Amino acid sequence: MSTDLIRLTAAEMAAAVAAGEVSAVDLARAHLDRISETDLAVRAFLHVAEESAIAAARTVDKRRAAGEPLGPLAGVPLALKDVFTTTDMHTTCGSKILAGWVPPYDATVTSRLRDAGVVILGKTNMDEFAMGSSTENSAFGPSRNPWDLTRVPGGSSGGSAAAVAAYQAPLGIGTDTGGSIRQPAAVCGLVGVKPTYGGSSRYGLVAFASSLDTPGPLARTVLDAALLHEAISGHDRRDSTSLDAPVPPVVAAARHADVAGLRVGVVTELSGEGYASGVLARFTEAVELLEALGAKVHEVSCPHFRYALPAYYLIAPSECSSNLARFDAMRYGLRVGDDGDASAEEVMSLTRAAGFGPEVKRRIMLGTYALSSGYYDAYYGKAQRVRTLIARDFAAAFDQVDVLISPTTPTTAFPIGERADEPMAMYLADLCTIPSNLAGNAAMSLPCGLAPEDGLPVGLQVMAPVLADDRLYRVAAAVEAALDQRRGHRLLDEARGIERATVGTETEAGR
Amino acid sequence: MNEPELEQFAKQLDVIVTAVARVQEVAGDDIPPTTHAADLVNVYREDVPEPCLGADAALAQAPAAEEGRFKVPRILPED
Repeated sequence: MSTDLIRLTAAEMAAAVAAGEVSAVDLARAHLDRISETDLAVRAFLHVAEESAIAAARTVDKRRAAGEPLGPLAGVPLALKDVFTTTDMHTTCGSKILAGWVPPYDATVTSRLRDAGVVILGKTNMDEFAMGSSTENSAFGPSRNPWDLTRVPGGSSGGSAAAVAAYQAPLGIGTDTGGSIRQPAAVCGLVGVKPTYGGSSRYGLVAFASSLDTPGPLARTVLDAALLHEAISGHDRRDSTSLDAPVPPVVAAARHADVAGLRVGVVTELSGEGYASGVLARFTEAVELLEALGAKVHEVSCPHFRYALPAYYLIAPSECSSNLARFDAMRYGLRVGDDGDASAEEVMSLTRAAGFGPEVKRRIMLGTYALSSGYYDAYYGKAQRVRTLIARDFAAAFDQVDVLISPTTPTTAFPIGERADEPMAMYLADLCTIPSNLAGNAAMSLPCGLAPEDGLPVGLQVMAPVLADDRLYRVAAAVEAALDQRRGHRLLDEARGIERATVGTETEAGR
Repeated sequence: MNEPELEQFAKQLDVIVTAVARVQEVAGDDIPPTTHAADLVNVYREDVPEPCLGADAALAQAPAAEEGRFKVPRILPED
């Protein structure tokens, strides 16, 4: 019974709770059991909040019993990336410098989830301060891909992706600054969405790059992602970069799986050398599928996308060098070397050297350099101009087509350790996702099959104009329905990484 | 940070800086910079006091606190 419950979609779980067929408490317990059984292998969670999850579930059950109206996700369990503040759970951002920190306020995303009756099971692992594409930059060790436990689940929202792909929760929340929701979604076989920048509040989202950070949903189905997208979106007066505009009708679009007549553009520059053959093969099939479904597909060139990666790796580190200056050992977090003799400056230095991991240090140094006088114009200034050119490429493209598509990331999940010593190789994972972060438009990754050479998931990326997030869901719903029908089952049913690991253990135990 | 660490970083940063310098190839000064996708300017609220965090909550996770203040190492140099 327990096993069946965790295999439901979020929409199905919410309906079951609302109908009284299953209690939110039983649903929460089934997922907490799943976490106990599998998280030693998957390591998705940094903190499992069993008591508060059961309490939240109990509240939903009480409200249901009292006949109160429940929201569309009431009682559904969720895995929350450890970059969002929570007053009743540690918030570490995957870093030693915040180990054990309990925030004094909830993020807006956190409170909107709680108000919606969503049951937050705990905080998930991530690359430190959201910097990375594999969770290998987490101070607490990497998470593992449920498809193959020797491989990365992607990053920086790798913990949330691993949790959802492992059926530890039907819903996950991540953040996407350079692709950190979409790339983990792609390599774990999930739906992952970066809403239009400003669509969801950054209040309480520990800042990495303020002009790029975007909270967003991870789920196993398009409809589930849409429901979560709506739950966390909307204007927030406490975030001055929050858009004061209606949330695009993403749930309605997810229920309207029809691409007949839709103009689809394949981005010329997001293909070619460096892309795995299996990724390109599945992408080509996705293009053919869209045509078969009635879309009008042709190539569109976005010439400045070739400069997106270098521009991003100037802008993001620059903003991060400013944002991470607050970790100074004075008001919260780690403090090292305060022996009564050392100065504040010495303590700050020692603390930051001890508390930050190598990737964070690299980016702070890079950013400080790019912003320094004499270099500002040549690096940060130029990068911001490239940003304009990229936004213009998108605008020109969206004059010709309704959505753009590309592979989400050039390869399938790579082995843990393979890129850990090569920063540039790691950065290439973000090649296709970064343009949408720079321009701020909506983008999503959805599963489009497995690569034949390694049996690992491939993601199709769809990009839509600013505030046209609903277009993503319309396309994704159509593709998902067609692929599920063709396959005869959901893609994630083929993920065997955890089962293989469990079988191994049983054999060793001599059963 | 120690010498070997610094050397490692220096090498890696060199590679990265060379790679990102590509942005200089394409963006002339005639292109205006974009700092934010949404281009919002001067987002204000009414100047009316509202409940805020409070000293107790703010000090709760401080490395050191005393008399309602953050206790920090000496700011000024010894000499």
